Amino acid sequence: MTDKNKNQVKPLVKTPTGILGLDEVTLGGLPQGRPTLICGSAGCGKTLFSLEFIVRGALEFNEPGVFIAFEEKAEELATNVASLGFDLYELQEDKKIRIDYIHIDKSEIEETGEYDLEGLFIRLNYAIDSIGAKRVVLDTIENLFAGLSNQAILRAELRRLFQFLKDKGVTAIITGERGESSLTRQGLEEYVSDCVILLDHRIINQISTRRLRIVKYRGSVHGTNEYPFLIDEEGISVLPVTSLQLNKQVSSERVPSGIPALDTMLSERGFYRGSSILTSGTAGTGKTSIAASFINAACERNERCLYFAFEESPQQIVRNMRSIGMDLQKHIDSGNLQFQASRPTLYGLEMHLVAIHKSIRKFKPTIVVLDPITNLITVGTMSEVKSMLVRLIDFLQVEQITVMFTALALNTITNEQTDEGISSLVDAWIQIKDIELNGERNRGLYVMKSRGMEHSNQVREFVFTKTGLDLIDVYIGPEGVLTGSARATQIMLEETGELIHSQALDRKDRELDRKRKMLEGKIDGLRTEFESTEKELNKVYIEEQIKKERIQQARRNMEDIRKGTPTSNDTDNKENK
Amino acid sequence: MMDDTNVMSDWEQTEDETFDLRLFVAGTSPASIRAINNLKNILDEYADGHYNLEIIDAHQQPGLAKDDNITALPMLIKKAPNPKRLLVGDMSDKPKVLRGLGINQ
Repeated sequence: MTDKNKNQVKPLVKTPTGILGLDEVTLGGLPQGRPTLICGSAGCGKTLFSLEFIVRGALEFNEPGVFIAFEEKAEELATNVASLGFDLYELQEDKKIRIDYIHIDKSEIEETGEYDLEGLFIRLNYAIDSIGAKRVVLDTIENLFAGLSNQAILRAELRRLFQFLKDKGVTAIITGERGESSLTRQGLEEYVSDCVILLDHRIINQISTRRLRIVKYRGSVHGTNEYPFLIDEEGISVLPVTSLQLNKQVSSERVPSGIPALDTMLSERGFYRGSSILTSGTAGTGKTSIAASFINAACERNERCLYFAFEESPQQIVRNMRSIGMDLQKHIDSGNLQFQASRPTLYGLEMHLVAIHKSIRKFKPTIVVLDPITNLITVGTMSEVKSMLVRLIDFLQVEQITVMFTALALNTITNEQTDEGISSLVDAWIQIKDIELNGERNRGLYVMKSRGMEHSNQVREFVFTKTGLDLIDVYIGPEGVLTGSARATQIMLEETGELIHSQALDRKDRELDRKRKMLEGKIDGLRTEFESTEKELNKVYIEEQIKKERIQQARRNMEDIRKGTPTSNDTDNKENK
Repeated sequence: MMDDTNVMSDWEQTEDETFDLRLFVAGTSPASIRAINNLKNILDEYADGHYNLEIIDAHQQPGLAKDDNITALPMLIKKAPNPKRLLVGDMSDKPKVLRGLGINQ
């Protein structure tokens, strides 16, 4: 090796498998040009796994592949994967894949001395070169050990085989049956492989879950957890546990709830987009109806909604919602709404999660409903359900999908604050409560929490009408909260009371008026009396004045007469005249 | 049990049947050369010229190797007389070779 090469270490190149989710777990795929061991017990999906690797390689990545089958004949393989939509015959004709069946029958074979597996190498080499294969699968290599008895030779040849595959530069999968104390029966393959993937098929509570774990991956970081995977009509899908870091994008866009009165309770505009909403309540409180009106409104706005029903069939939900004026069928027809109904016991929780992931990725909805999550407890414990939901919520928030869960609350008080323990995960929690009063059961709705927005602290009565759902302010009567007919009575009583009251007021007004008029009359009389007295007084006063002047005049005249001044006398005389 | 019956049935046919044999080898590898020599010696000794031996280099004819479902090398295929038998190895274990060919000693 030259110095130049030393300085330029090539990073590990990976070959994408095309298997949904696996490339995320392995951060890119299997090590390119190196052998990978897939081991597991019988029926865990090794053959399908490796076959999907070959087929997807040929179809999606234009990498031809060779499948060496030691267990099943080519025709059997073709039949087995036909249900997945893979046509192995056509692929073979197109020279995209090549299936070679190698069979060793011990009863036919006589070992007469030293031998090696050169024949296998020659065939492999021939198969690879004939189609220019980039991928190779050997399924299941240890069948050689059943046919041939010289362990020492076989073990040495197996090592040589791995080296041969590396030299050919093909990305290889070798499958192996799981041994008792080691990963494989021979305990050899796991050491010579660069990557080891362990498949597992476990049954807990009569429900089976398939899991996958990457045991080793030379020269690469990889996810170390056990990842559940699902085999369905589209092949294998692995669910990567998405990062549980709290660093996702948030949106401040709002999504109306579909019930205008409920939006009013949520600072007038509804939920945040990408948030998670829990609707909980006791049986028959209308959780499904709230969820349905939420998606109904969303579909009206031309958003895509996915509804996971774990309790009722889609037809049942559609029929029931019609009774409150919602036509979900037209949204199904227009393609905006899709139902995914399954019994919780169909498969384990992890499988449900994988199935949910898959449907969401495929349908790409903006709103998802799970109705109800409490039914999932039948297939797992509370903590398992919670951890599943954590992962689901995490995934949905990354994708900016708004999710509404419904949960059945048992009629106990202790349950309230810790409903399924997921209250701390959800962003908004709407609780519907039964209010029992006067031999009636009515529904009270309140917003338990709603992160990051002002929300009403009121309990509202939740009513079903022919045109949808509505909320009514709850009446507080002398005996507490009034709902249903008690509320109606109270409203009536209050209306009657108001009428009587206003009449009483009218009467009082009129009396006052009368009194005022009476008093005004009296005031007028007194005023006239006062005026006449005043005139009388004035008359006396004027007479008095004249009299006084007269006397003064007479006195002055008298004085003038005595002094003898005629002028003033004349004036006086004239005046008197 | 199985082996006994084989030997019995083979024994009856030994004299008048011709061996139809095909030996796959891997080039001139030591085991292949040993296999060819050992087999020829045994056939000369026991079959007395009543045989057709075809020697095929699997490297040269990988298609044939596939058709005849070859894994280990060297491998001798006894096509006739019945039953069909496969013999792997360098043919150094004489009793086993004879048993495989169905030759009664």
